This record gives sequence, C-alpha cells and structure tokens, in this order.
Amino acid sequence: MKIVIINYGAGNIQSIKFAIKRLGYEAVLSNDVSEIQRADKVIFPGVGEASSAMKMLLNSGLDKVIPTLKQPVLGICLGMQLMCHSSEEGNTTGLGIFDVDVVKFDNTVKVPQIGWNQITNLKSELFNGIEEKEHIYLVHSFYAPLCSETIAECTYGLDYSAALRKDNFYGTQFHPEKSSDVGEKILENFLKM
Amino acid sequence: MLAKRIIPCLDIKDGRTVKGVNFVDLRDAGDPVELAGIYSREGADELVFLDISATEQKRKTLADLVYRVAEKVNIPFTVGGGISSVEDVDVLLHNGADKVSINSSAVKNPQLINDLVAKFGSQCIVVAIDAKQIDGEWIVHLVGGKVPTERKLFEWAKEVEERGAGEILFTSMDNDGTKDGFANEALARLSSELNIPIIASGGAGNKQHFSDTFTEGKADAALAASVFHFKEIGIQELKLELQGNGIPVRV
Repeated sequence: MKIVIINYGAGNIQSIKFAIKRLGYEAVLSNDVSEIQRADKVIFPGVGEASSAMKMLLNSGLDKVIPTLKQPVLGICLGMQLMCHSSEEGNTTGLGIFDVDVVKFDNTVKVPQIGWNQITNLKSELFNGIEEKEHIYLVHSFYAPLCSETIAECTYGLDYSAALRKDNFYGTQFHPEKSSDVGEKILENFLKM
Repeated sequence: MLAKRIIPCLDIKDGRTVKGVNFVDLRDAGDPVELAGIYSREGADELVFLDISATEQKRKTLADLVYRVAEKVNIPFTVGGGISSVEDVDVLLHNGADKVSINSSAVKNPQLINDLVAKFGSQCIVVAIDAKQIDGEWIVHLVGGKVPTERKLFEWAKEVEERGAGEILFTSMDNDGTKDGFANEALARLSSELNIPIIASGGAGNKQHFSDTFTEGKADAALAASVFHFKEIGIQELKLELQGNGIPVRV
C-alpha cells in the first residue's frame, strides 16, 4: 500500500510519519502531483496559520489537485479546516470539499483549546472499535460548526465538529497521531479503508 | 469535556535523564525515551523535556533526542531549555516536538514570542515563567529562580498572552521543592486575568495538591517531576482520585 503525506511546508509531519510506522506501514512525504494521485491513501496534515498554509497550497497547485482525488484522503487539524469552504483565520477561502465555514471560538472559553477532549455521536467506519466519549488530543483556536457532514462531535463551550466526511474525504480536528492508542486505532481504520 | 492534564517533567542533560528516577522496571533509568514510554502507558497526558545541558553539542543532542521520542511516543510533548531563536525551534519541531517552551530568552527579547508565533503558530509556543514573591509582589526570576528581574508576574503574563503565546507554564519558586502544594492563589489570578491555558508547576507533594490546583488554582494542567519519578504518586491512581473528586480527566 502506498501512503502519501502531502508535504506542502505546513506542520509537524514527522509525528504522522512515525505514527504510521508504529502501525506497521510506511508513508512517504511528497508534493508531487502524480505521486499523490497514484497513492492508495493520502494524508493532508497542517499545523499553523490558515491563510499562509493556503498560500503554500496555491503556489504548488495542490489546491486544484486535492479536491479531485478519488482515494481515501484524511485531513488532520488545519488540514481538515482547509478542506472546508472557508476559514475566519486570515479570511481564507478553503478547498470547499466540506460545505462548512470554520470560525473562531469566542472568549467564553480559553483559546486555544489545548488537551484531551471527548468525541461523541460517532458516525463513520473511521471510528470502528472506538467507544463514545473516548478522549482524543486537540489544539486549536478555530472550529467547524456542526453540519450535515459531521461524523464526530466535541464540546468546548458549544458542540462542534470533531470530524467530517464527504465521500472519500475525511477530516479530523484532533490529532490521531498524538491521541495515544485511541488515535492509532482511528488512523489504522483509515489506512485499512 | 476538556480534561485537566497531568504532565510529568523530565530533566535532560546531554541526552540523558537526570534527577534520580526510581523505576525498578526500567532497564536504563537514564534513557528518556524509555521513561517517556512508561509515563505514556501509565496515562500521562503530555510530557515536558527540560534540557539543562550547557555543552557545545547541545542543539544536536537535543534534536536527536526529540526525534527518538517522537518515533516511540504517541502523546504530545514539549521541549524547553536554552531555546533562543527561530532556528532552534525550527529544528526541534521538524524532528517531531509538538511544542517548545521558552523562558529567559523571552524575558530578554520579548519580540521572540511574536516571531515564533508568526512562523509556527500559537499552538506550539509555551512561555515558561518562574516567579517568587518579594515583599508580597510576584517577581519574575531567571536562571531557575536565582536572578530577579524588573518584571512583575501578572503584567509579564498578560504581555506574553498579547504577543501570541499559546500557553503559560507558571512555576512558583516559593513552592518548588517544598511538596506543600501549588501556588493556587497566583494561579487562579492568572486564569482569571488571561484567556490562554495555564500549566501549574512547583510544589506537588500529594494527590490532594493536584486536586486543589485544578479547583482552587483553576489550572488547566499540572506539571510535576519528583513525585512521579520516585513513584510517590502513580499517574493512574492520581487520575482516579481526581475523577472521584469530580475533576474531568482522561482515564
């Protein structure tokens, strides 16, 4: 199986590579369009700021490629947010795969949210073998509100999308690669799709 | 519900764990990777590695260690100790660190916080503040609490937040090493005046101290070293007690 982690200059991708290795698979980092298109599984990571990450995607032409992929694609954290219609962070237009606008937490809660929260209302094979209310690790200031593509929820001041799915596209706001055994199981479920 | 975090802190010198550790089941008590694995399996929510070495090779040794930890450990970890530039942080994050913590370098050059946040994002920049009370006023100190500065804790903490730091790790030098509990009054004030997460450090001696720092101190996370290293408190039993006290934790 060929697993590609999209390497467009954003984020801590080493951790994702290591997590995949712990599951017994190898992943390659690439920004090569044909290599990404030929992969069996594509992981779209991202840590940092939305508008500058989006600029890197635009510069590499990957903004056109990602929405046309047919194999399972998993966006993580900012990767998931960039797959949405837009983000309030830096007034960024996203890839428009998920039909939802990413907004900032208001200051009734501490921002960023950092730490372990629980996922509920799990509605996807991504969560096979995962119990309701398991803890996963998140660190973020912006969130995708609940929508028809929500496949897991989280509560932080309000209920929001912990994960999204549309067709072959999946996105998690949390970091499966940093969410202990629960996260590794979710990552494994994705790799076995 | 967001859980309160329990964070063991490991002191590192030349790539090895210092401070005696009391793990009989460890093959190599000085191996930070092995110790990190044990803490992670026991339920630690995060780890902090504090590098106290002062050698020329320090940067490379630390980057190697970060790489080895990231390879094996599936929970987030922070690296601190002598980090003073954008390049330092870049190397550590690229080797797999989730967050870095800066302390003296931020006091000496506050603009560094802005520069790091602009390049890497708030989420991975922790500012550590050491302070102790002098004539009833909390004063920021450097060099492990030895050197007082002109800065006052609450003003500095506010500035750190405004400059974009994602979290504050506050160590009370008055409490550190006493095992009499955390500086909950100052912690609660930080939490009410700021809107970023606060990690409590210094003073952990028993399980009740952790409970108190989450309730009275309103801390988002609690960090400790020796009570975990010497197995005076097991992380799992600590979390069960916290849960029994109605504090949200990951068990």
